[in-house]
Amino acid sequence: MNNPEKTGGHNPASITTPKGAEAPDTSPDGSEQQVEPRITIAEDLLERPESAPGAVSGASAKLVTKDMHFFYGDFRALRNISIEIPENRVTAIIGPSGCGKSTLLRCFNRMNDSISGARLQGQVLFNNMDLYAPGVDPTEIRFRIGMVFQKPNPFPKTIYDNVAFGPRINGFKVDMDQLVEESLRRAALWDEVKGRLKDRALTLSGGQQQRLCIARTLAVQPEVILMDEPASALDPVATQAIEDLIRVLTQRYTIVIVTHNIQQAARISHRTIFMTMGDDRAGFVVETGETRQVFTVPKDERTEAFITGRFG
Amino acid sequence: MARNRRARRLSEGTIHTLLLLCALVSIITTVGIVVTLLTESVNFFRQVPVWDFISGTRWTPNFADQSFGVLPLIGGTLLVAVGASIVALPVGLATAIFLSEYAPDRLRRVLKPALEVLAGIPTVVYGYFALTFITPNFVRFLNPDAAVFNAFSAALVMGIMIIPMVSSLSEDAMAAVPRSLRDGAYALGANRLQVSLRIVVPAALSGIIASFILAISRAIGETMIVTIAAGAVPNLTANPFEGVQTMTAYIAQTSLGDTPQGSIEFLTIFAVAMTLFVITFLLNIVANLVVRRYREVY
Amino acid sequence: MALAPGAFARHRSAMRKRAAVFYSLILTATLLGLVVLAVLIVDVFRDGARWLDWDFITSFPSRFPARAGIKSAIFGTIWLMGFTALFAFPIGVGTAIYLEEYAPRHWLIQILQLNIANLAGVPSIVYGILGLTLFVRAMSLDRSILAGALTIALLVLPIIIIAAREAIKAVPNSLREGSYALGATRWQTIWHLVLPQALPGILTGTILALSRGIGETAPLLMIGALTFIAFTPASPLDPFTVLPIQIFNWTGRPQDEFRGLAAAGIIVLLGILLLMNTGAVLLRNKFQRRDEG
Repeated sequence: MNNPEKTGGHNPASITTPKGAEAPDTSPDGSEQQVEPRITIAEDLLERPESAPGAVSGASAKLVTKDMHFFYGDFRALRNISIEIPENRVTAIIGPSGCGKSTLLRCFNRMNDSISGARLQGQVLFNNMDLYAPGVDPTEIRFRIGMVFQKPNPFPKTIYDNVAFGPRINGFKVDMDQLVEESLRRAALWDEVKGRLKDRALTLSGGQQQRLCIARTLAVQPEVILMDEPASALDPVATQAIEDLIRVLTQRYTIVIVTHNIQQAARISHRTIFMTMGDDRAGFVVETGETRQVFTVPKDERTEAFITGRFG
Repeated sequence: MARNRRARRLSEGTIHTLLLLCALVSIITTVGIVVTLLTESVNFFRQVPVWDFISGTRWTPNFADQSFGVLPLIGGTLLVAVGASIVALPVGLATAIFLSEYAPDRLRRVLKPALEVLAGIPTVVYGYFALTFITPNFVRFLNPDAAVFNAFSAALVMGIMIIPMVSSLSEDAMAAVPRSLRDGAYALGANRLQVSLRIVVPAALSGIIASFILAISRAIGETMIVTIAAGAVPNLTANPFEGVQTMTAYIAQTSLGDTPQGSIEFLTIFAVAMTLFVITFLLNIVANLVVRRYREVY
Repeated sequence: MALAPGAFARHRSAMRKRAAVFYSLILTATLLGLVVLAVLIVDVFRDGARWLDWDFITSFPSRFPARAGIKSAIFGTIWLMGFTALFAFPIGVGTAIYLEEYAPRHWLIQILQLNIANLAGVPSIVYGILGLTLFVRAMSLDRSILAGALTIALLVLPIIIIAAREAIKAVPNSLREGSYALGATRWQTIWHLVLPQALPGILTGTILALSRGIGETAPLLMIGALTFIAFTPASPLDPFTVLPIQIFNWTGRPQDEFRGLAAAGIIVLLGILLLMNTGAVLLRNKFQRRDEG
């Protein structure tokens, strides 16, 4: 029988930060404190200077994959992926359709776990800890690494309950009204919905729904946000709003975005990962680098072919 | 050629008419049921005031001191139906959650038909099982003073019988909840329990409620289990270890006797059946409305 | 330093415990029905197996348990189901064809569909009352096979209609358009293309509907089929008994021997149902495989 809550171990706090990394909210013994997630509401968005674009050397790797292979049953979907995702940057993953961009993205928060026959080889490190080590609880990973999907998928609940869902299931004991407002503000949706928080989320437009999904993700205060073509189902105006939002969010979060749209990658990302697939349809990484470099002086001719539109 | 075409058109018309007649059989059936029940019920209510029937607490058509209060029969029906619901609704819903959210595909393909077998076993077999196995081995174990014919045994077995009604309709409703909603919740750190109870069940609620109502309606209309195992004494009680008579059991048991046709005792069958028909018909309509009105748009 | 310390860790650990408890609860619930089913089958075999022999199949009912059998019930069941199929199959399929292929989009049709769904939910004993009034009395068919078959036919009709509609709906529209494009009439298209395609599905649904009808007891009690029958029917106007009625009759008697006979009857009835359902499943599988090939 397939017990879905396979955690494999008895160590709920198995994910730890590397030595020296800041973990500002934990009391030394960790016993008597209130549940106090790493949320400081209305914190100045610009307080982290090292997050400014361009300060590459200052950024540490938030997510790292080492010799990672991914299989669906016998089919190898990803081959030998070794990449680094720097902190507080937007990293874009581009490549022809079917090359495994989304699969790679879903390796970072173990969303592939629920697919039967899915198997990962190699390592995926988050803050230097192996996400696939035995004893790691996938639900805990997903709460620290948020995800926004291609098609807006608000829950059939009110706007308020959509945003409050994550904090509630994760046991946050905070002023929920304030957290909901703050999350909606950060997702640049507050002004449009503040009078109708009790309306059904499905009454919002597509672009609003997607920003609501982003707000929902922000409410659990993740360190990383994975975005799987978040604007592909939206019209140009809504896309613009999402892109503006992503720029602001960079100052606080590490963002990995899969996109079909090469111009979008060029507009919003600091770093770019270009993937393609081999004759066996297994996806692999061709080139990674600063977005400016990848788009102006690509090292690999396949990259050049793709971004100039001659391929894919 | 022209004649051939005319012949073709003629037979097309005939066939259309024949098929329409087939479809009308269903309408005629409904009309037949309503007219039958109504005519004889009207005859009954010429002799017994409607209010006495609805509000009376004694049902003794076969005694010298005749009384036609239907409440003991409705009470008996409710006692068994509520008991069956206490078994079937939670178990059926839990089964649906297991099948839809937890079971791997291969297991589901085995479990679903296996559960459907429960609904396919003839009710007379369940009646036999309730009377000869559940009552002596289980009900008497819980309460040694329980009557040979008791509501508990019938309710329990009926509950088991309607589990698949709840589970398969509820599972259909859950299967219609898009995967993207589950992904959205998982991506926020929800575990499977939270996804099931906070996302899938609320989103499928209208279908789940409809399955509940249909199962209750089925329990109210079921005849053989109660006729065999629940007793034949109209008894307004809330004690499941006593014998009760349900509306269906009264109809069946009276038809077995030698009640003279046209007598007031005979007419009671129709009045009780009318009551039964109205209750189940309303429940079915409500279930249909629930599904239609509250169908979620995802 | 742990990232999820203190109360957070406690919440996560509580979440995991709740999840484990919930999992065992719903697994138990799922197995409950199957366990009871197994107990039922074992119990019936324990009670009835020793009464089940060839004499049991070939003897008529009797006051003496040792001599009693189900010959008349088996014959009655076969007669009854034959005539039920004869009435219910064409009318059910006809209704389905009408609704899927002919019916205009009209509110009357909506009512008709709603009506069929509601008929499927009418208690079977109510059908018995209809049968008693309409077939036994008004049409003077008395307590005959014909009256029983007509009653059961009305009862299973909604099931056949619903199954046949599903099967017809599954036939791709391109097939119909291709036929119309060749100048075929609507009925030619249905008869030569749609029905052959839909037939396995229709037959599967019909077998399942008849297996529902075979187990029905209450409506037949209503039309007065609970009588002592020690002969096999020779015409559809003869009185009859069927297996469920015989089982009911024996179950109601206090002596253990008759309970044993009832259990033996149940084994035979369940055996027949198993055969019919296996047939339906095989038919469906064969159909699916042919579809893929």
